[in-house]
Amino acid sequence: MMSFISKMFNETDGENTNSNISNPSPVDETERHTHTAPQHLEDVATSIEDKDIAQVKAEKKQTEKSEKLKFAFMLAGGCAGCEMALIDISEKLVDTLDHLEIVFWAPTAADVKYKDLEAYPDNFIDLAFVDGMVRNTENEHMVTVLRQKSKVLVAFGACATVGGVAAMGDLHTKDELFDYAYKQSWSTDNPDGVLPTSEYILDGKYNLTIPAFTDRCMTIAELVDVDFFIGGCPPHHDFIAATVNLVLSGEMPAKGTWLTSGKAVCDVCTRNPAITGEMRRPVGQVFRTVEGQPDPVKCLLQQGYICFGPMTQGDCGAACLKANMPCRGCGGPIPGIKDFGARCLTTIGSTLKDERTCDQLMEKYPQLAKFVYRYSYTSGMIDKRKSAESVPSRRNLP
Amino acid sequence: MSFNPNIVGFACQWCTYAGADLAGNLRCKYPPTIKLIKVPCSGTVEAEFILEALRRGADGVLVGGCHFGDCHYKEGNYKAARRMKLLKKLIADEGFDSRRFRLEWISGAEGMKFAEVVTEFTNELIELGPSPLKKAVKP
Repeated sequence: MMSFISKMFNETDGENTNSNISNPSPVDETERHTHTAPQHLEDVATSIEDKDIAQVKAEKKQTEKSEKLKFAFMLAGGCAGCEMALIDISEKLVDTLDHLEIVFWAPTAADVKYKDLEAYPDNFIDLAFVDGMVRNTENEHMVTVLRQKSKVLVAFGACATVGGVAAMGDLHTKDELFDYAYKQSWSTDNPDGVLPTSEYILDGKYNLTIPAFTDRCMTIAELVDVDFFIGGCPPHHDFIAATVNLVLSGEMPAKGTWLTSGKAVCDVCTRNPAITGEMRRPVGQVFRTVEGQPDPVKCLLQQGYICFGPMTQGDCGAACLKANMPCRGCGGPIPGIKDFGARCLTTIGSTLKDERTCDQLMEKYPQLAKFVYRYSYTSGMIDKRKSAESVPSRRNLP
Repeated sequence: MSFNPNIVGFACQWCTYAGADLAGNLRCKYPPTIKLIKVPCSGTVEAEFILEALRRGADGVLVGGCHFGDCHYKEGNYKAARRMKLLKKLIADEGFDSRRFRLEWISGAEGMKFAEVVTEFTNELIELGPSPLKKAVKP
């Protein structure tokens, strides 16, 4: 800025040397040097009637403003793995940083506080990502604030879109969870059995508050309006890069879209019997992953290792399958699925050969709900803690 | 006013739906609690349909199909049996009463059985009370 202005001064001087002010008085000189406020300089710029320079300057200001998208990234009740995934787009991220202005990235990367976000005007942020589910009152408050401050809000990752691993806690009561976490677990040292409370008075005078644990987990879409969804635990970096490019190009798809491939894991899996030309057979025996060694080439589901590939989005390129592990559904449901767990049962139920195999499956996975809803319990349709009234519409799910 | 359960029924068009038809022809009496949905086969009933019905406030869900060996599509009802067994376990795991969901084999000749099943199911649901997923029924 200063160099631009000083250049302008020189040009002014040079121009004026040829006309009337060939030898400027010392008073004028000092006046010019002491008044360095931009207000004054702008006045000078217009006073010399050099419209071109003023115009260029204004245009430059304009483009500088409009080119950089204001970007925010917030971690709600997650593990920060999604942030790592974003950083994983590596050199592409460095390129995009020319176009992004990070105004909020807490609590992981940028030195900004919640109060800074609260101080922004409404719709100040162009693009905001949220990773993690809503697990406590802090998440609840901040997600609501972020929605208010952003034009486009993207639910980023499995937790934000379908609930994530932590949502399995909803299969237990709060008392059970607290009891295990603060009393029973082997690493806990809590002889007085102290449990966290949201309000606490320290030394009789310091009133401390911490966020309170909510009754149940919520996805971001259950709490606020979400514009786009990216599934995956964490999302695959190729799709993150594609999303950022999409945003920069300004050609966003319809609201509520999943910015993912929409293809099932089986579509990208090299073990798929449809690719290898093999016939599908009913499954006669069910194995857990710890039992035996599956054939590294053949379809795992066919071998009896229950795999959720048929109903999971395969942005990952069937990464787990390549490591000889069955899919557990972190990519989120493929389009058209309302309840991931129920669809798993529908598909697996008809794959099993007979009643006996069915019993075997239930025996080997005694907590069937935790098995099929590993990443998506919150987006499931049945929850004893939800009443029909409080369940929001599922319009935003695929 | 006593509680009047709301049952959603998925009936296979070849057997259970014909059975319900016969129940009408035979002038069988059963409570008007069931809303039947005709489906091609009990094997087409996905677990999601049942969960959706429960979530939207049905007190009970009945799935009706052909007896084993009678399926028009050979093995649709076998698939339904396995799915429903798994689903029942899933519902129970989630803390929901799995008695609200019932699978019955009723053939086209068993009009009486259809009426009996609906009566029995209705009585059972009256005992269980309204579904916790729906708003409390006003007296």
